Amino acid sequence: MNGPARARFSDGRWHFQHGPIDLLIGAEGDSAAVAASVEACWHAFQEVLPALVSELAELRSPCTPALEVHGPVARRMLRACRPFAEDFGLFVTPMAAVAGAVADHLISCFDRPGVARAYVNNGGDIALRLAPGQWFDIGRIVDLAAPRADACMRIAAADPVRGVATSGWRGRSFSFGIADAVTVLAADAAAADAAATLIANQVNVASPLVRRAPAESLRDDSDLGSRLVTVHVPPLAPALVHEALDRGAAFARACVERGWIHAALLTVQGRSRVVDRRAEPALA
Amino acid sequence: MSEAVGASSVGERFDLADPAAAAAGRSETLPAGKVRCDACPVLCYISEGKLGACDRWGNFGGRLLRTDPVLLMKRPGAEVVASGHPDWGGAFIDDAPVFVSGVGSGTTYPDYKPAPFIVASRHQGVDMVTVVTEGIFSYCSFKVKIDTDRYLGPEQATVRHDGEAVGHVTTIEYGSQFLSLGGVHHLTGGSKREGRVTCELMQKLGNREPVELQIEGGARLTVQAGRPPIVNGVEETRMRVGCGSATIGIFAKQWFGQVDEVVVVDDHITGVLSEHQAGRYLGMRSTGIRLRGRKSTPGRYFQVANPGTGWGGTDIADPLSIVEGWDPKVAWPGLRLLMVSTTGEHAEYYVLDEKLRPQKAAMPEPVRRVVERIGENCEPALATVLFMAGAGGSLRAGVTENPVLLTRSIKDLVTRVTCGGAPAYVWPGGGITVMVDVTRMPEKSFGTVPTPAIVAPIEFTMRREVYAALGGHVERIRTVEEVLAQARHRLVEWTADNPWPLAPLERGR
Repeated sequence: MNGPARARFSDGRWHFQHGPIDLLIGAEGDSAAVAASVEACWHAFQEVLPALVSELAELRSPCTPALEVHGPVARRMLRACRPFAEDFGLFVTPMAAVAGAVADHLISCFDRPGVARAYVNNGGDIALRLAPGQWFDIGRIVDLAAPRADACMRIAAADPVRGVATSGWRGRSFSFGIADAVTVLAADAAAADAAATLIANQVNVASPLVRRAPAESLRDDSDLGSRLVTVHVPPLAPALVHEALDRGAAFARACVERGWIHAALLTVQGRSRVVDRRAEPALA
Repeated sequence: MSEAVGASSVGERFDLADPAAAAAGRSETLPAGKVRCDACPVLCYISEGKLGACDRWGNFGGRLLRTDPVLLMKRPGAEVVASGHPDWGGAFIDDAPVFVSGVGSGTTYPDYKPAPFIVASRHQGVDMVTVVTEGIFSYCSFKVKIDTDRYLGPEQATVRHDGEAVGHVTTIEYGSQFLSLGGVHHLTGGSKREGRVTCELMQKLGNREPVELQIEGGARLTVQAGRPPIVNGVEETRMRVGCGSATIGIFAKQWFGQVDEVVVVDDHITGVLSEHQAGRYLGMRSTGIRLRGRKSTPGRYFQVANPGTGWGGTDIADPLSIVEGWDPKVAWPGLRLLMVSTTGEHAEYYVLDEKLRPQKAAMPEPVRRVVERIGENCEPALATVLFMAGAGGSLRAGVTENPVLLTRSIKDLVTRVTCGGAPAYVWPGGGITVMVDVTRMPEKSFGTVPTPAIVAPIEFTMRREVYAALGGHVERIRTVEEVLAQARHRLVEWTADNPWPLAPLERGR
C-alpha cells in the first residue's frame, strides 16, 4: 500500500497525494511561518484519508436527519451538504463536499502569524487564507485540452470568500447536469464544493442528445447508485443551453438568497450566467 | 498534470499472484469479476474495465493496472511534430527524433499478448523496431557501491531498513564497500512486512531517493544514488587514494628527503615507507619503528587497529597508538615522522626527542604539499546504485512467439536492451540478466506491484528484419508518429550521456 506522498515543485508549491487525494498547496510570507505551516499541514494530511475511509459507508449515504459522522473532515462535509437535503429535499451525500472539506481542514494549518496568503487546491476546489490586505487572482479553465482561463476572479482579504469550487460533467466527479463548469464562491471550500455540485446538477435539459448512464455502471461503489449521470454532451441548440442555464441560475439564486454562497458562474458551451450577491460582479 | 503524479508514479502494475489463490487467501470473499486495489486505504473493489476512486488504478483483464502517460524521449535539437498536425507532411521521419521508453508504458496480460508498444522508426536509413514494456520483476535487486574506507559492518551481515532485513553486506572492492539490497528472498521469501518494506526501499533506491539503512553489527547509513554516502551521520567526502601500501608506492619519491619515516594508516594495509619496497629502492635508512598489527610483506601491516570511523577507516583517534616503539639501536633523536591517512584527511608530523619519543611539530611546507596531494588524488565519494534484474522470463512473450530467439539475439548484440533508454549491461551466460545505473534512467522509473515486486521499464531495439525473423508481433508495429498522435504521453529531453538506442550496436570494439 502506498502511503501519503509529497513533493515540492521548484517554484515552492507543494504536491500532497494520498490515494485519490491530490493537493496543490502554495503559501507566501515569513519563511519560518510558511515552513511550519507546511509541516503542520503535512502532519494533518496523513490522517485525512484513513479518517475518511473509517466512515466511508456513512459518507456515501444520503444526508438524512439521522445521519451522523465524527471525523473533523466528515463533519465539515455533512454540514455543507445537509442544508440542500433539508431545504430542497435533494438527494445529496456528504461526498458532494469531500474535496472542499479536505481543503478547508488543511488550510487551517496556515492560520498563523507571518503567513501572508496561502491556498490548498484540491483538484479545483480551493480553500484560501488571506492576511489583511492580501488577495488571490484565480483563473478558471473549462477545457483542459485547450487550457485557457475563461474567467478570472480576484478574492481579497476584505471579501467574505475563502472557498472556491468548480463542478461540471467533464470533471472527475459525476454530474446529473450538462454544465461544463459551475464555479462557486463561498465562505469556505466545503460550502462552495457542495453548492457547485448541486447547482451543476440543476443545469440540465431533457434532451435525447445528452448521453447518460447509471453511475454504478461507470464506477464501482459510487454514492450515486443507479442514478443517471452525464456521459457526453454534444453541441446543443442555443435554446436548450439557455434553458439549462436558466434552471441552474434560478437554483444558484436561491442558494445566494439563503446566504449559503456568495456568487456563482455557470457555463455551458461557451455561454455563461453570473449570479452574485454583490452589486459589483466579482466574476468577469 | 503529469508532473504532479507524486512519489509513486510509474506505469501499469499487476498483482502477479494468481487471482484465485490470492482471493482464497483472504478472509473476505472477492466479488465476482472484481479486483481489490490495495494501493491506498480506500481499498476499492474494481470491476473489469473500470477505474478506482483515484482514476489512476483500474481493472484491466482481471488485473490491477495503473494508467500513467508513457514517457517519450526526444533527441536534443530534434523537432517533434505529431502526425495530424498541420506541419506534418505525412512523411516518415528519417532518424526518428523520439524514443519511446518503457516508463509509463504499462505491460500486457497475459504475457503472450504483444507488448504495449511495438514501435517502428528509422535511423540512418535503417528500419528499426523497439519493443517497449514495463517488466514486473520479482527476481531483481540493487547493487550499491559505497565509496568509503570506513568500516560499515562484517561481510554477510544483514542490512535492515525500517527494522526489516532487506539485504546484506557483500565484498569490499578497492576503496568501496558493496551492498546487495532487495532480491527475491526478501521480497517474497520472508514475512509479509519484510516483503513490503523491501519493495518500498527498492523503489526509493531506484528512484534516486535517500534511504536509511542499518547494518547489523555495523554502521547506520544514508544512501542515495549519485550522492555522497552518510555513515553514522557523517557525510563521506572522498575516496582513499589507495590502500596504505599503495599510497606509499605513489608518493614515496615525493617524501624522500623531506621526512625519515612515513606511516600511512589504513584499516586494510598500513604502509611504512622505510621498510616498504618503495623506500628500500630509494635507499632509505631503516628507522627501527615497531608497529602494531600483523606484518605481511616488508612495510605492509594488517590489522594495526580495529575497523572504525577514525584514521584511515580504523577506530583510532591518536595515530601514535599503533606505534609500539622504536629500536634504540636504529632510531635516532631528531627523526622526522609523518603519519597520514589514505585520504589525507588526517595527518600529523612528529620529531623524535632525546628519549626517542615522538613530539608533535609543525608540518614543513613540502610535507604538507604531499599530504594535500593525497587529498587531491582522492575522488569524490559517492553511493552508486545499479539495478539488476532477470528479464528472461515470460515478458519475452510480449516481444516474440519464440522467446529464446530474443535471448540469443541479445547475446549476439543484434538486439539492444535499454531500461528507460539507459544502456543495460547484459550479463553473459543464460537468460537476460541486465544491470543498469539508475542515475541514467528517467526520474521515477521504478514502481511496485502489491505482489510485492518491482516494476521497471525495459526496451528491446533491433532492425525490423531481425524482429520479423525472431517471430516478433510484426502485425502490431506502430510508427513513432502514431504513438505521438495516439498515446497519452509525456515528452522529455534525451539524457545526453546515454547512447541513442536506435543506433546500431557495434561488436568487438
